[in-house]
Amino acid sequence: MEPGEIHALLGENGAGKSTLMNVLYGLYQPDEGEILVDGEPLKLRGPSDAIGAGIGMVHQHFMLVPVFTVAENIMLGAEQVRGGIAGFLDRRRARREVTEVSERYGLRIDPDAVIEDLPVGIQQRVEIVKALTRDVDLLILDEPTAVLTPQETEELLTVMRSLKAAGKSIVFITHKLGEVKAIADRITVIRRGKVVGTASPEASRDELAALMVGRSVRLTVEKAPATPGRPVLEVSGLVVDDDRQVRAVDGVDLTVHAGEVLGVAGVQGNGQTELIEAIMGLRPALAGSVTLDGERIDGWSTKKVLRAGVGYVPEDRSVDGLVKEFSVAENLVLDMYDRPPFGGGLALRPDAIAESAKERIAQFDVRTPSAEAPVGTLSGGNQQKVIVARELSRPLKLFIAAQPTRGVDVGSIEFIHGRVIHERDVGTAVLVVSSELDEVIGLADRIAVMYRGRIIGVVGPDTPREQIGLLMAGVSPEVAAEQAGDASESGTASADAPRNEDEA
Amino acid sequence: MSTMAVPDVAVAPVDEGFWNRNRKVGLVLLALGLIAAVLFGALATDQRARFTLSEDAAGAALEINGTFGAILFGVVALAAGAALLAGLPKRWFLTVLGVGLVAFVFSFLCWQVSAAPAGQNFMPLVNIIRGTFILALPLIFGALAGVLCERSGVVNVAIEGQLLMGAFSGALFGSISGNVWVGLVAAAIGGAFISLLLAIFSIRYLVDQVVMGIVLNLLAVGVTGFLYERLMQTNTERYNSAPRFSNWEIPLLKDIPVIGPALFRGNIFLYLGLLLVLVIHIALFRTRWGLRTRSVGEHPTAADTLGVRVLGLRYRNVLLAGVVAGIGGASYTLALYSFTKNMIGGKGFIALAALIFGRWNPTGALLAALFFGFADQLATYLSTINSVIPSQFLAMLPYLATILAVAGLVGRVRAPAADGKPYVKG
Repeated sequence: MEPGEIHALLGENGAGKSTLMNVLYGLYQPDEGEILVDGEPLKLRGPSDAIGAGIGMVHQHFMLVPVFTVAENIMLGAEQVRGGIAGFLDRRRARREVTEVSERYGLRIDPDAVIEDLPVGIQQRVEIVKALTRDVDLLILDEPTAVLTPQETEELLTVMRSLKAAGKSIVFITHKLGEVKAIADRITVIRRGKVVGTASPEASRDELAALMVGRSVRLTVEKAPATPGRPVLEVSGLVVDDDRQVRAVDGVDLTVHAGEVLGVAGVQGNGQTELIEAIMGLRPALAGSVTLDGERIDGWSTKKVLRAGVGYVPEDRSVDGLVKEFSVAENLVLDMYDRPPFGGGLALRPDAIAESAKERIAQFDVRTPSAEAPVGTLSGGNQQKVIVARELSRPLKLFIAAQPTRGVDVGSIEFIHGRVIHERDVGTAVLVVSSELDEVIGLADRIAVMYRGRIIGVVGPDTPREQIGLLMAGVSPEVAAEQAGDASESGTASADAPRNEDEA
Repeated sequence: MSTMAVPDVAVAPVDEGFWNRNRKVGLVLLALGLIAAVLFGALATDQRARFTLSEDAAGAALEINGTFGAILFGVVALAAGAALLAGLPKRWFLTVLGVGLVAFVFSFLCWQVSAAPAGQNFMPLVNIIRGTFILALPLIFGALAGVLCERSGVVNVAIEGQLLMGAFSGALFGSISGNVWVGLVAAAIGGAFISLLLAIFSIRYLVDQVVMGIVLNLLAVGVTGFLYERLMQTNTERYNSAPRFSNWEIPLLKDIPVIGPALFRGNIFLYLGLLLVLVIHIALFRTRWGLRTRSVGEHPTAADTLGVRVLGLRYRNVLLAGVVAGIGGASYTLALYSFTKNMIGGKGFIALAALIFGRWNPTGALLAALFFGFADQLATYLSTINSVIPSQFLAMLPYLATILAVAGLVGRVRAPAADGKPYVKG
């Protein structure tokens, strides 16, 4: 690392980026090897050593105490105190310091605001200010854009540029190629815990992706134009509350036709989860209706919905999708265990289950030591393939996939995307929910953008990313179209500008 | 490109509507006031209700006609409820609520005192206040022990055991040494010993903290019970006759009417308890130690990334809690009674209730403990004047109040987010 450099650390999920940085921040202890700072080996016994050495880190999951104020969070661990051994907090000084640092770098925050009342983008700003008040020279940002809207991401990139101008070095961990190309001075690619190469930001997206996964992959999903048929799923006026009894879905209307993929885009937590759970009968609908091929299914049990020909890939596979301790074969029949040929009466038919497992493991390319291995021992991608295999083994009218490729390696992503499109092509209605905009754009024939419990707009897949991004941020469709137009006309450098050309 | 016209999606902050919390509380208070004015007013007699101001029953007293008083105070409570219902600014909420509740209690007392048998229709305020504090004392120490533990993220169900062990070791070593101060130190160590077990098993070995707390309570009952029978009862003179702290009169303060004789002629434990509430409250919210304690109880990972030693802090706070509870136990054996088997008798659990009712806040816990102590004292008083109210009803009050508190009827009760969750690095 050099002073005033933005160094991107690129790698797939699980490649070891975060682990490496946690070692650098002193949270984990290295088994071997050493860290050099200014040519001196550095021994980190804990985060305070790292902070002392001028290393700061913004974690993927923010390290902020939700019920504390901004100032309290920032002073924690490095409190200014008065009164000797009693150690009274000097709040005025802390507040002043926060204001000072935030003004110096143009990161406006209110020191007295309580964290849990702040939007995610601002919380991240607090994290950055927290690191800066500790006089760090090297700032590690771990997947900082994962939770941000495109607009917030744009702001973050601006902040990073101004930090760089102030002589700070930044390590920027991500798996998003567009951002890397927009901001990095140097790129290091990590795969399976090893540095596999360095690149300059001029390298093309395909080159970087190939380095990341070890072979060249297609970034776009190849598919023929859709031939939508009859409406299969019709949702109208749906209202759903979340676990805290707060309105999460607030009057959603959606139609998914046979033979098309409807993608639901949106920043996480805008009601997508609750929408899908309501359709699946996992969460009560307070108003509105859900019909499948003209038949009302709201109020049905989940089992009945599944039996009616709905396939469902839940967003959190380890909690809702699989029983980790069960074998691959058992997980493959979780939906069908009580029906022939797998079971009936009181007994299961192990031979039929084993047979079908073998078949589907081959068919869906599940890499597992055996059908009897507990599913929890498989990699994320292969676990996901087990779920997809299970859900696609029934005749379906509707296939719902929530975050189908979260935490899944690129090879499996490609495979799963292929299966989704295949399902569409045989005439199933497909509903895909994803917080990865690329995935939605790649898969969907129509894109519905969800914001604060409503569908704020439905657009085609060839819509500029900026416009979808503005919709995700809650800007109304007309305004979004206008603003996105302005931005491209005035030639504002956008992180994702090249991407549109690739995909157009 | 197909776009859909969508109405304005700006979402206003959650609007509680007309029936916000203040108004709901106001409505309840209004109803209480109405009950007080009508029911208590009707039941009260025309006797005078005397509230004596000194320890002498015939001395100075506030007097009021029973019926008139019950109705008057009922109307005050009613007015306070109406004021809340009308929508007062938030900062007035607590004051008005307090006035309303106190008025309700006085209306009740006017009825009770005036309806007492002839010659007994007076209420000795000094004794009532003193009794309230004495009964609240173990609750105050216990709840403070809870605050120290739980604010740093360790659930303390073992308060009962800590109090009991403190009472026992205070009595034992106080008796052997014949010195109250040795007894006090021994009590602190006894409480800390239970805490140490809690800390080691819940922090180091990640045992479920609630289960561990219950086990420690049983252990404390068993060990002290055994030693009481085998040791103390065989030679009470030597092992269970600890010297007691004498009452300290505080100059000037002791001469304040009512409050003076009630509070400032007491023993060291009363002063220590009140002082600890103040010290812990300030420390928790104003000092570095407090900020770190709260951060560890809310989000230990965040604290760890900033160089706060999470486990060390938890050990320290749990041990400190044991010291505080141990001293609380000694407030029995080094001031009031000699040790008896299971003498804490569930006060540790009421302290836990006070902790929750007081929203994990030292001052809140003090007020909750005083409320519980008052309910207890009132039950005793009512039984002496042959009240129609069964004393068991008043004994239920602490638990009822805690259930209402936990159900969220007195505002949001929120435990520290990491309370009860062991911290494992990585």
